[in-house]
Amino acid sequence: MVAVAPVTLLRTEGLRRAFGGLQAVRGVNLDLAPGEIRAIIGPNGAGKTTLVGMISGRVAPSAGRVLFRGRDITRLPAHDRVMLGIVYTFQIMSIYRALPVFDNLALPVQRRLMRTALDRLALDPRAVARGVEAALERIGLQDAAAQPAGALPYGHQRLLDIAMALALDPEILILDEPTQGLAPDEIARLLGLIRHIASGVTIVLIEHNMQVVLEVAQRVTVMDAGRVLAEGTPAEIEANPDVQRVYLGQ
Amino acid sequence: MITAGHLFLALLEGLVSGLVLALTALGLSLVFGVMRIVNVAHGEFFMLGAVIAWFFSTTLGSFGLALVAAPLAVGAVALAADRLVLRPVRYAPEATIVATIGLLYILQQLVLMVYGPYARPVDAPVYFRVEFPWFGYSGYKLVVAGLAALLLGATWLVISRTRLGLYMRATQQDPDVARAFGVPTERVYAASFALGAMLTAVAGALVVPIQQAHYLMGLDALLLSFMAVIIGGLGSLRGTLAASLLIGLIDGVVSVFFSPTLAKIVASALVALVLVVRSGGLFGEGAT
Amino acid sequence: MTARDRRAAWLHVAVLGGLLALQAVLPPFHHTMVARIMVLAAFAVGYNLLLGYTGLMSLGHAMFFAAGVYGAGLPVYYAGLGAGPAMALGTLAGVVLAALVGLLVLRTSGVAFLIVTMMFAQVFFLAALYFNPITGGDQGLVLTGRLPPVHLLGLELTAASPAVKYNVAWAVLAAGLLVAFGLVRSPAGRVLVAIRENEERTRMLGYNIFAYKWLAFVTAGGIAALAGAAYALLFSYVGATFASILYSIYPLLWTLMGGVGTTLGPLVGTGVMTYVVDVASGVTTSYLLVVGAVLVLLIMRLPAGVMGGVRHRWWRWLP
Repeated sequence: MVAVAPVTLLRTEGLRRAFGGLQAVRGVNLDLAPGEIRAIIGPNGAGKTTLVGMISGRVAPSAGRVLFRGRDITRLPAHDRVMLGIVYTFQIMSIYRALPVFDNLALPVQRRLMRTALDRLALDPRAVARGVEAALERIGLQDAAAQPAGALPYGHQRLLDIAMALALDPEILILDEPTQGLAPDEIARLLGLIRHIASGVTIVLIEHNMQVVLEVAQRVTVMDAGRVLAEGTPAEIEANPDVQRVYLGQ
Repeated sequence: MITAGHLFLALLEGLVSGLVLALTALGLSLVFGVMRIVNVAHGEFFMLGAVIAWFFSTTLGSFGLALVAAPLAVGAVALAADRLVLRPVRYAPEATIVATIGLLYILQQLVLMVYGPYARPVDAPVYFRVEFPWFGYSGYKLVVAGLAALLLGATWLVISRTRLGLYMRATQQDPDVARAFGVPTERVYAASFALGAMLTAVAGALVVPIQQAHYLMGLDALLLSFMAVIIGGLGSLRGTLAASLLIGLIDGVVSVFFSPTLAKIVASALVALVLVVRSGGLFGEGAT
Repeated sequence: MTARDRRAAWLHVAVLGGLLALQAVLPPFHHTMVARIMVLAAFAVGYNLLLGYTGLMSLGHAMFFAAGVYGAGLPVYYAGLGAGPAMALGTLAGVVLAALVGLLVLRTSGVAFLIVTMMFAQVFFLAALYFNPITGGDQGLVLTGRLPPVHLLGLELTAASPAVKYNVAWAVLAAGLLVAFGLVRSPAGRVLVAIRENEERTRMLGYNIFAYKWLAFVTAGGIAALAGAAYALLFSYVGATFASILYSIYPLLWTLMGGVGTTLGPLVGTGVMTYVVDVASGVTTSYLLVVGAVLVLLIMRLPAGVMGGVRHRWWRWLP
């Protein structure tokens, strides 16, 4: 990024969230630039998932604002944020295990194709099929279309999960612990995919795997107890004594 | 013209029915709280209590014996239902509802076949009148109120002071954790279900001298218990108690002055709206 | 996927064609029975859109059937309205009621939804009893002689004619199946199934969950009302029983028996259970015992119902 002043794609201002007496997020200010790959790391309970929950619209903030391209979207419901381009994939893999792979991908594909009310009742099946094929090719699972998604090996299920998110044509893709449970070669494949799509898409990665963070992230935000502890490049974060204390003091 | 006398009568009636309702609703609330299931056949346990009490009363001539025998018999039925039906569907919420609807019809229609479609009375075991300035009031009804209050207190003691009560509260909080700590959750479920049924059965037995035993009497009991539990907040026994008394009082007052059907309409609509507005979920913060 | 759709469509055509032809060979008693079953099956088909496809178990569907019954029956009774307009009015009543109730009821889910739908239906039932002078309450109103005959293609059609009963019932079932099948195979239908499978994921794929559930609810209510309107006019009776909890339990029972999440399942379930109840009521007044027993057995043994079992074992392409 050589720009003098990076354009902010997404900004959070003073985001707070309390659950009963528990303060999960205590005032977070975050700035995401277009095309960056940001990792959010921190110990369990740091508030990472709650934070991205407020960005994606799953969780309503107790205080603070979320701005997308300068527009206040704090009140915008989650499903509308998806159509703006903010896409979230779940920590616990949420593909439709009982449905065929085709249907899994058809859902996001058809969402993008739906423009009028009538589209909800009838879409050109060939357009949907084309979209699904393209999505399958991106992850190399063209032969699996008819299989129930639950029958795929775990690594492929994760790929499917991400392919579904990509089929929504995201501007910001939030991946919540995507490498969890994956074998090293599967992780490599996933990272390759991430690097490949990063040219057009801003990626936010919640990760516990420091190797992955060091390999692929451009900037890292470290959270602890609901606040941002530190922010910087992976190298800066690795060297940061506060960060070391938080992780090593576990 | 509405006099103080009318109002006092309405309040008395409301108190009696409120306490009886509290017993019935408590049974439902216990089952909701500990087992997280809706027992649609709950009203039928009330009806069974009444019918079995009628049976023992008329054949053996002792109402006191009936008061003991009826809940025991109904408890046995409940245990059987838990073992044969609820446990196999693993207490899954929607499956349990369907299964208990089936149970409702089975119990109701069996009673119809054996007992018939008629309402049969039982003489009150004690007969005396309490003289108030405006009217004489049935002493038995006051006895019922007293007994109901006593039983409510006894149940509270069981839940807060005994080991069973402790197990029930633990299972209500978190069944997995309770199991990890060695609580025999399967047996706690069975015991809770039986206890809930027995409480309701006693209530049914108590009211037979007042309102006769009829095979369809379970439906009203079910609706009212539902209302009490939902308005009082599921999982909260104290809430159920408070709501029961409130409903009893309101019902008493409204029925004296308006049509009972209208009262039921308002009550059903109220329950629906409470649930819709509290749309966060059915189970409130669990509190005993 | 389209080959699968075609096979499914042909199966529906075959079943409907078979039913149409059946009237030529049925003795009079069964003729009327099958006509009744077809109308009630339409009711169940609507219900299954909610239960089987969207995963919403309602215990209040009777209110929409009853809306159709009263919406069609009362204008006929009091104003001698013709069959066509009466059916339209009945169906509209159900659609409007479902649209309004849906806005409230769909804010809840799971067990709360079950109870709220039951309570709303209870209010409707009690209101029907309360306004006894108009509705006839529990006794109901008999429509014989009040429905003017319909003049179609030079023929005079009255509700008394068995042929009219059968063919109108058939048309109602066909219409219900058409709408249900159409919705299920549409993009919206795919979303409904997705909501059933994982609501939160579907929301995060950009779908307005509430709107889709509402669409399913209103469609299910409309089909139920169409069935109710037809039932009232064909069998010349309007009564509060149709709003009672029993008529909310029936479609649940029929759908569970026939196969949740299949379009033809409700037809099978309605057919089987209507005959079972008919036989049982000949034996004892406590025939609802059979209803109870079947419900318990079904939920314990065959949660997918008959057609669900068939689909699982033989015909995976069944919609």
